[in-house]
Amino acid sequence: MEGAHDMGGVKWSGPVRPEPNEPMFHAEWERRAFAITLAMGMPGGWNIDMSRFAREDRPPQDYLSKSYYQIWLAGLERLMLERALIAPDEIEAGKPLHPVKPVAKTLTPGDVARVLHRGGPTEREAKAPARFAAGDRVRARMIHPPTHTRLPRYVRGHVGTVERVLGCHVFPDSNATGAGEDPQWLYTVTFDGGELWGEASDPGLRVSVDAWEPYLEPA
Amino acid sequence: MTDHDHDHHHHDHDHSELSETELRVRALETILTQKGYVDPAALDLLIQTYETKVGPRNGARVVARAWADPAYRDRLLEDATPAIAELGYAGRQGEHIVALENTPALHNMVVCTLCSCYPWPVLGLPPVWYKSAPYRSKAVKDPRGVLRDFGFELPAGTNIRVWDSTAEIRYLVLPLRPSGTDGWSEERLAELVTRDSMIGTGLPKQLHEVA
Repeated sequence: MEGAHDMGGVKWSGPVRPEPNEPMFHAEWERRAFAITLAMGMPGGWNIDMSRFAREDRPPQDYLSKSYYQIWLAGLERLMLERALIAPDEIEAGKPLHPVKPVAKTLTPGDVARVLHRGGPTEREAKAPARFAAGDRVRARMIHPPTHTRLPRYVRGHVGTVERVLGCHVFPDSNATGAGEDPQWLYTVTFDGGELWGEASDPGLRVSVDAWEPYLEPA
Repeated sequence: MTDHDHDHHHHDHDHSELSETELRVRALETILTQKGYVDPAALDLLIQTYETKVGPRNGARVVARAWADPAYRDRLLEDATPAIAELGYAGRQGEHIVALENTPALHNMVVCTLCSCYPWPVLGLPPVWYKSAPYRSKAVKDPRGVLRDFGFELPAGTNIRVWDSTAEIRYLVLPLRPSGTDGWSEERLAELVTRDSMIGTGLPKQLHEVA
């Protein structure tokens, strides 16, 4: 989808500002929002692509006015509301008002180390050979799906070179909608700065994205 | 996305907004706990893990070993995920890691223009600037300008390569080993490895900075 989250190359005023001391969390609520979001993945049953879509699928003014963990919180609320794990009147009241919806499993302290160490690998067995090989010239397709995608706008329509073949991975465009993992070959595709940004580009610049096969066509 | 609540001109405004958010998070935690969906002790442990165990010290150990041990460096560049797992670091947001070697002719920089993808097992949680609009927008178009924001000028003859983390591959920069460190132990080398040098927005500490 076209959203404010897709920021590559967008003109933005002001420098990058590293912060002194860089506290990991800036308020107690950020700690709790972070942990609740991680913990709810298990009973909630959604996947990472659904989480990302729930965060980014909002009007630009809303996305841009929220801090990072406020976006996480808004995404989490949406996922829980969609699945009737909570209701708006419960958030308003600050306590449960409706019967508990049964969930498969809750994250216990005993699970934490194992679940974090396992993570969520996305590589899957390939069912077909890769269409492209390192060195192939490819064009990023001019797609504008209304749903989740990981092909950033700034490379669409541009020609690059396959640099690495990364294996067959869960396809987020499908996974985010609940249509299944539909694994696809994944490639690192590298673009010259001039191809993306024109003659004014830094001549020594190259930029890559990791792009699934359906994002690409031969060039 | 707002940079954060550090703009003191709007302190009161931010304060009231934060209070509202704080109340909402408390309400959610209460509801989810009473419904049995979350266990507060598990929440505490998640926070404690990322505040005390998982952080850039892990990545610094990986880099220091690669500097000290050529065979390890080769394994790291060939397939970083198992090489990093040799040191015990693996898992969430680091399931598939690729290491990128800086050379005098090439500087690597990592970004996630779409959100905040970052190699948690080796670097911990990303800093605010990494998730901010200025970094996400500028890194792919004007990375030299970003480096200037961080206070250093890349030599004109050094090419720059930006890696946008758009899939589940996470990138770790292997910075250039500072000169004058021949024969140093891994522990001593690790002290030179900065978090930013592993993202590509900084350099390792040089000898005159630690003398």
